[in-house]
Amino acid sequence: MSELGSLLADTVTRLFNNLVTKELIESAEKGVWPDKLWRALEEGGLTLPLVPESRGGAGGAWSDAHVVVRAAGKHAAPVPLAETIVAGWLLGEAALEVPLGPLTIAPVEGDEPLRLTRAGGGGWKVSGTASRVPWGGAAAHVVVVAEGDGGPMVALVARGAARVVSDRNLALEPRDTLVFDGAPVVAAAAAGRRIGVDAVILYGALVRAAQMAGALESLLEQSARYATERRQFGRPIGNFQAIQHNLALLAGHTAAAGMAAQHAFDVADHTDPRRAVAAAKVRCGEAAGLGAGIAHQVHGAIGFTYEHSLHFSTRRLWSWRAEFGSESRWAQALGRAAAARGAEHLWADLTAR
Amino acid sequence: MSVFHFEVRDLPPEGEAFREEVRAFLRQAMGDRPSVRRARSWGGFDPDFSKKLGARGWIGLTWPKRYGGQERSFLERYVLLEELLAAGAPAGAHWVAERQSGPLLLRFGTEAQRERFLPSIVRGETYFAIGMSEPDSGSDLASIRTRAVPKDGGYVVNGTKVWTSNAHRCQYAIALFRTAVVPDKKHEGLSQFLVDLKSPGIAIRPIIDLAGSHHFNEVVFQDAFVPEDMRVGGEGDGWKQVTTELAFERSGPERYLSSIALILELIHHVGPDPEPRAAEAVGRLVAQLTTLRQMSLSVAGMLQAGQNPNLEAAVVKDVGTTFEQSVPELVHALMDIEPTIDSGSDLQQTLGYLVQRAPSFSLRGGTREVLRGIIARGLGLR
Ligand SMILES: Cc1cc2nc3c(=O)[nH]c(=O)nc-3n(C[C@H](O)[C@H](O)[C@H](O)COP(=O)(O)OP(=O)(O)OC[C@H]3O[C@@H](n4cnc5c(N)ncnc54)[C@H](O)[C@@H]3O)c2cc1C
Repeated sequence: MSELGSLLADTVTRLFNNLVTKELIESAEKGVWPDKLWRALEEGGLTLPLVPESRGGAGGAWSDAHVVVRAAGKHAAPVPLAETIVAGWLLGEAALEVPLGPLTIAPVEGDEPLRLTRAGGGGWKVSGTASRVPWGGAAAHVVVVAEGDGGPMVALVARGAARVVSDRNLALEPRDTLVFDGAPVVAAAAAGRRIGVDAVILYGALVRAAQMAGALESLLEQSARYATERRQFGRPIGNFQAIQHNLALLAGHTAAAGMAAQHAFDVADHTDPRRAVAAAKVRCGEAAGLGAGIAHQVHGAIGFTYEHSLHFSTRRLWSWRAEFGSESRWAQALGRAAAARGAEHLWADLTAR
Repeated sequence: MSVFHFEVRDLPPEGEAFREEVRAFLRQAMGDRPSVRRARSWGGFDPDFSKKLGARGWIGLTWPKRYGGQERSFLERYVLLEELLAAGAPAGAHWVAERQSGPLLLRFGTEAQRERFLPSIVRGETYFAIGMSEPDSGSDLASIRTRAVPKDGGYVVNGTKVWTSNAHRCQYAIALFRTAVVPDKKHEGLSQFLVDLKSPGIAIRPIIDLAGSHHFNEVVFQDAFVPEDMRVGGEGDGWKQVTTELAFERSGPERYLSSIALILELIHHVGPDPEPRAAEAVGRLVAQLTTLRQMSLSVAGMLQAGQNPNLEAAVVKDVGTTFEQSVPELVHALMDIEPTIDSGSDLQQTLGYLVQRAPSFSLRGGTREVLRGIIARGLGLR
């Protein structure tokens, strides 16, 4: 890990350990914006790891951002930190200024991209519908990637410019529909060379993979600890081999998810990460379903209560695996790409750097 | 909790140049061998092939030059192994010697043993079998009963080893014997030996596997004599050494690539524009392969860094063999085809071979249950 990566890891872990309490997550679930947590993240320099230092960021790489995103998943931090990181990166790639405050990114449903058209006075306006936008109504700005003049453009839209239809995911995180009806744009520019019109889905899937890997780590820690504490038949349930083997299985899925996500971030630093992101989203999603099942089994009825914290991770996993493309969607894309290349290229592609 | 230390590893640039060299060699050496034969991979025992690799210096790549090695890195060795496996090369003759017997001698052997055995392993001429399991001792390896009793500058051995892969084709085995009986302390009193399989008093009897092949054996010792200078390490150090040997045995890419030939055949079969269900199935396989390769590479990186990745190797083997076994299942679920032996398409025959082979993936080298026990210990549960 780079020096910056370790610094970020230390800072983010300390900060989440102090601030992301059960009470905080519960109040966020009731719709309260965790302002203190967000300000601490901004002050700690954790929200813009990929933005160049000249624009107020940490000037890091995806592999540095990885530790922050993973930690956000592990601690179930109820803020759009992963979204802000992606949004900041998109803006930076398009050489746009990055505003302070929570940002989000706007995935679109189906193949209907958002569109940018010229407004009077040299500006732009955006039209179209983005659905299940994380914190779509709460974020200070939303970053969209839209079809513009001769190719994809990145645009920054302020809160209030879109009509908001509120909704939430299983973890009660806001997932709002934003209807842009010629909405004014704060700034827009041609997307960087690395950004396609589906960049929001692609990089959204990347960060969700790392968040899932983090949440799985939390499941593993909670479950292994609980297995040494909970006693039945006169001994800790962790003494029973069936429990040990289920936890070993959970450990395997957790390790695989972590590796898949880390690899995808690493590839994103070097080249188009499409295949690695697809692999990570699929692998982490599979681990999410199986891992949540094992964690609940080990915890028994107590883990099925709202009182216990296990569900903060499992409900997120159940939603995150479907967000920014489900396993089946990404697996199909990956499979179609592999099939089109043909069996004779599979191994060479897998080992290519 | 940072129980597991999987980190993305970059292969060194010389690894990539080496990869091209290996690929060029394999293209030529493998020709258009059908996939059912490639599926055998390191299950294929081909002394000519091993000698060809040896002639290129590709056996014992990391070993000291004074024994014929190349002193190259573990990551380059990793590249070689994964290319051999991906191509389904018949590398089984020297596989065990290169993977565990040689490294064991480098770690615990005497100078004379190294000088005697390593150069001919490197040339691809001397092959080793593994003499651990016994009829009454499988997972509970420390309970073995084959006795080696000191006598006249050596040991007299009585007992039976079983499941000894390729014992009928190897010149030597490294075997674990009981040199002392310590009541209630089964891990003590064990020692490892280099055994010349052609010695008097050793009978090698075939055991035919469920598919009708002869690859493993029963090896019976009846007053067989093993000279003292063939003991590896100290008397009574066998348990510590054998666990090191098992770590070598478990850590490589052969623990997730056993079904690669079937994956390739499947992709070939579904064609360039598969229907959604087939595309999804292929995508899930590619996702697993991508991930497992990184995990396996990460273990190689730990070896290169001189760390001890026993726990991580157990994780990769458990996740990897589960994946290998899922591939024939998936092909069954997806395709309306029958697995075959002598007839049918390449896909059917490759499936036929692997369906019958797959149960062994989670047995050999330590069962799934044993590995999960090791992982659970790493989690602090035992
Ligand atoms: C293809 C193949 C090649 C092999 N080659 C060699 C070789 O070259 N040399 C060699 O020495 N050996 C070899 N083996 C043997 C292999 O190491 C053993 O099969 C393995 O160690 C398991 O021992 P076992 O078969 O006696 O099963 P057992 O140990 O009897 O196990 C039977 C079942 O019980 C389970 N079990 C056992 N103990 C426990 C426990 N404590 N908790 C939970 N479950 C348990 C096992 O996991 C397994 O599911 C080979 C095996 C195969 C299949």
